[in-house]
This record gives sequence, C-alpha cells and structure tokens, in this order.
Amino acid sequence: MARAQAPETETRAAADVLYLECYERMRLVRRFEQELHRLFLKGEVHGTTHLCAGQEAVPVGVCSALDEDDWVAGTYRGHGHALAKGTDPAALAAEMLGRATGVCAGRAGSMNVIDLAHGLVGCFGIVGASMGAALGAALSGKGRGGVAVAFFGDGATNQAYFHESLNFARVLDLPLVFVCENNLYGEFTPLAHSTAGADIAGRAAAYAIPSAEVDGNDLWAVRAAALEAVERARAGEGPTLLECLTYRHFGHSRSDPATYRPQEEVAAWLERDPLAIARERLLAEGFDAADVDAAEASADATVERAMADALAAPYPDPATDAAREFQP
Amino acid sequence: MSALEFRVAIRDALAEEMERDERVVFFGEDIAAAGGVFKVTTGLHERFGDARVFDTPISELALSGAAFGAAVTGLRPVVEIMFGDFMALPMDALVNQAAKFFYLSNEQAPVPLVVRCAVGGGGRFGAIHSQIPATWFQGVPGLKIVAPSTPAEAKGLLKASIRDENPVIFMEHKRLYSVKGDAAPAEETIPLGRARIARAGGDVTIVALMKGVSDALEAAELLSGEGVEAEVIDLRTVRPLDLETVLTSVAKTHRLVVVEEGPRLGGWAAGLLGAVGERALHDLDDAWLIATDELPVPYSPTLEDAFLPDAAAIAASVRARIAAGVA
Repeated sequence: MARAQAPETETRAAADVLYLECYERMRLVRRFEQELHRLFLKGEVHGTTHLCAGQEAVPVGVCSALDEDDWVAGTYRGHGHALAKGTDPAALAAEMLGRATGVCAGRAGSMNVIDLAHGLVGCFGIVGASMGAALGAALSGKGRGGVAVAFFGDGATNQAYFHESLNFARVLDLPLVFVCENNLYGEFTPLAHSTAGADIAGRAAAYAIPSAEVDGNDLWAVRAAALEAVERARAGEGPTLLECLTYRHFGHSRSDPATYRPQEEVAAWLERDPLAIARERLLAEGFDAADVDAAEASADATVERAMADALAAPYPDPATDAAREFQP
Repeated sequence: MSALEFRVAIRDALAEEMERDERVVFFGEDIAAAGGVFKVTTGLHERFGDARVFDTPISELALSGAAFGAAVTGLRPVVEIMFGDFMALPMDALVNQAAKFFYLSNEQAPVPLVVRCAVGGGGRFGAIHSQIPATWFQGVPGLKIVAPSTPAEAKGLLKASIRDENPVIFMEHKRLYSVKGDAAPAEETIPLGRARIARAGGDVTIVALMKGVSDALEAAELLSGEGVEAEVIDLRTVRPLDLETVLTSVAKTHRLVVVEEGPRLGGWAAGLLGAVGERALHDLDDAWLIATDELPVPYSPTLEDAFLPDAAAIAASVRARIAAGVA
C-alpha cells in the first residue's frame, strides 16, 4: 500500500497513482469477498464468515493514511482490514479455507486473523475487542511516532470496550484513531433500535475527542478524514473518532439473507456502491479508462490466483501439528 | 538474614525487572500516585516516571485490553487489577484475546503480560472483595496462574512471571502482604510450573497455595506432636499443574488432602484430586478435600472465620480421617 503523505504535499502525480492503487485494492477486496461467498456456497469455507463487500472504501481509505509499521485492529468482518493493511490475499484465502498455508496456518479462521508482519494486531470475533487491543498498540507506538487504528462496527458502540477505550485513550492521549464502520445494523438490529441518541460521532464530545461523520463510501472523503486524524495522533494530540457511514451488500453472516432491510434502502445504497463512485471519480479526473480497466483486471487476477492457490493447498495434518500451549 | 515483607518483595521484584528491561511498563488503578491500595507499589512512579508507571481510569476491561495489545506489539506490561474479584470485568481481554493469541496467530509473537491482583478472604471485605479467581481461569489454555506463599517465593515467582513470554495471572493473598520472611533465595527467579516441598513427611500429603501453605505448615506442626508427619506441598501454580511432584509424594504417603480457600465444586483442588486419582489410584489409601461451603464469602467476622479453612481445621480433618482407619 502506498505510504501516507500529508494532503498539501501530495502532488497530482503521486495522488493519481495512490488513488488508482486504492481503487485496485478496493476491487481486490470486493472480488475476494465475492469469491469467498461462492466458495462458501460450495462448502469450502467452514463455519461462518462475515463479508465486507460494500464497505471497501473505509479500510482502504484509512490504511492509505498509515505507515507500514502502524498498527491496525480489525473486526470479524475483517477481510478488508487485512487486505488493506497488506496481508497476502493467497494467505488470507487459505486461512478462510482452513488450509496449512493460511496466514495463521488454519488455526484462526475468518473471525480471528492475525498478521503482525503487516501490522494487523488481529481481527476480533468479540464485538468491540479491537478497541482494547488498539489501546495497547497505541501505547507501544506512543513515544516513537507510531499510530494505531481500531476498526469496529456501529454495534460495538454500545459495548463497554467502546466507552472505556474512548475515555482511556483521551485520558492518556494515545495516538489512536477510532474508525466506526456504521453500516446501520448491529447484526440484524437497526441502529435506531439499539443505540440511544443514534449519533455515534456525537458520543465523542462527551470524551473531549474530536470526531467527524464521514461518507464511508467515498474513498476520497475517508482518506482525507483519516489523514487528519493520523496527523493529529502522530503530533501527540491524542485520539479521533471517525464515524464512516456505509452499507454491507451481504447479510450479517452466511445464514443471514438480510430480509430485515427495506428494499428501497438496499437499492439506494447499491446506487452508492463505493467502487462505482471511485471509478466514476477517477474517470472524471481524467484517468484513462484503459488504466482503470487494467487496475480492475489486475485485482481480479490476483484474487483468482489467491483462490486457486488456497484451494490447492493442503489441510493441516493433526498428526504432524506441532502446537504448543506456551512460548518457552 | 534480613526479613523481607511480602509487599516489599513484590515491589522489589517489579523495580528490579523494570530496571533490567525497559520494555517493562506497569499500570493500573491507583498504583502510581497512591502506590496501590495495599501500599505495594509505593515509590515506583517516582523512580520510573510517567511513561513507565501510570494510573489508569477504573476501567478493568480497557486496561487489560491495553495490556494485551501492548504485549503483542513490543512492550512487556504488568497491570494491577486491584481485587481478584474485579477479574470478572476483563475476562474477554484475558480469556478470549491474550490467552489465545500465541496459538491462533501460529506463534507470530509471544504475549509477555502479567496481571497482578489481590485475592482471598479474612480481611472482612465481604463477598465481592475476597474471592480467589484461580478457577475462573484454570481451564483456559494459554494462561499461567501463579499463587505465591511467602515473600521470597513472591519475589522469585513475580520476577519469573515478568520474564515469562506468556500471559500470567499473579495472585497475591491479602493476608500475606504484611508477612515477613527470609529474604530472597539464592536463585533470582523461580521457574513457573514447579511445586515446592515446603515440609517433608511420610504420613500424609497436604497440598495448598498462598495463605493455605502457612496454614498447612502450622497444621503439620500440630500433627507432628501427635505422631503424624505431614508432607506439605506448595503448588505455586495451578496452570501449568505440577502433578509429578504430588504423585511422587503420594507414592510415599498414600494419603492426599488438598486445601482450597474456595468452593469444592469446580475448584482447582477437586481437579488435582481427580488428576491424581486418574494416574495413581493404586497409591492412594485416602484422598479428600478441605474447601469452603458452597456460598459466597460472608462479611461478619464470626461467619468469615468459620467459613475459611485454617490450621486447626486442617489438623482436625487429617486427624479424623486417619482415626477413621481408612488405611
């Protein structure tokens, strides 16, 4: 992923490359999720999985504002978090399929991916746990210029983790960006039915934390907000809360057809597909359609290879598995 | 040899390890400015500064989550959860995150993290400031659970816990804080997962932890006057469990009593008894538990004193079992 640059120092050429790269990464996430869904229906993905198709601009936009050695804590809807931070798509796919070549050798599965080599502290199967982990990563980063990001959903904003972590991060002025992916539903329940006040960004004011409501389907808007928050964190000015409004194209998990969402609402959000918005903007800014097409083709090919590699990989062998309870 | 107070042993262990390794940081509620509610950590903040010793909000989940996140990104945090009872609050950070990370990540990084907490009854603190949460965590692979019995043990075991690469729950019994004992042993650290023979004897094996070890030693002295020689084992850790030391002792004494300051059902003592039965039923003439009633810890001094196992209760129980002529 391209490294962060402050907006005012972004030359047109550098920004061009960066946004096209981001678009390619968003396309990669989309194709990855679609292929995973297909493999799920074929029985190749086990248990359950939570797809982030429709929400790609948030992880890609936020991670474009980070350095490679900054830390990210993701959610159980975390394939986009991992891919945006640089996890190898083939290793991620293999993990989803429970194969030995997975990024965690098949031990973790979809909800618990960890990839420290790319700055992913983990994807967290417990709603809100990403925030606790990110506090610690921010503690490690503090004093050496490092920044941590916690991704979480709107449902997590009613967890103790949210309130304790916002307060903790402000009191200790931690270099931390709280990124809420507000897709309007906590599992199957609409935000308004579960969240008093229904104003997530507004909750930050109680903790004296700067916040912003961001169009989470607009890569440019997400990146701009993230750059500002990251700069604030690196400058020692503490945490920021970004509420990114977005929408998932699939249900909550594999067993969920999402029939609780009004058809008009779904249609309106599909109209605002973050990939379509990004493609249109790139073309409007003068990119050659051929270059954009090539980025799409490159992402598609990467995913195709990743899935093929994963499908060809062996399952871990219990007879030779050398699992240990403790690090000696 | 100069006498070392238990709370000072803990403080010295922390200070020495912070001196030795700058990645060690220490945080919790009222541990810095106030020096801890039991005055264990007095002076550490002044000595090591804001960046390495700091107070946190009363947020057990957040501070434990922070400790986990810090441990997997390069620091070696020690945190204090003021009372063991409060360990119900950070369960997710410890049980779901810290304990599983090493395995789930396919060993991408260790989780060098210590959670200290004050545990145990006898202080008239009532039901929710007196529990010993050992068994809440004992069934969680990936955690180590340490429970020292003397000042020297506390120092050596805490230093080992801080140097350990795994998440460690380190329990400090409140009724031991003011106990004074011999200063540190020759070895600087005490390996985790190895029990200690606190007293040798051939007639009955008494296994205990923390305050229970001094109770057992006192009971052994009473019994010795009556011609019964008890071997007292200080288990030191309940995960990992040093079964071998207990088996070796039982092969000699043929009688096993395990003393737990906590309920009998689902306790670590019951687990130990079961494990010994599985491995060495042929060695046993008798095996039993001394534990508390299946009730919360009561407040009133008369009720609490009757509730907690003590030396007299242990001696009486051993006396009665032997007199019953089971062997």
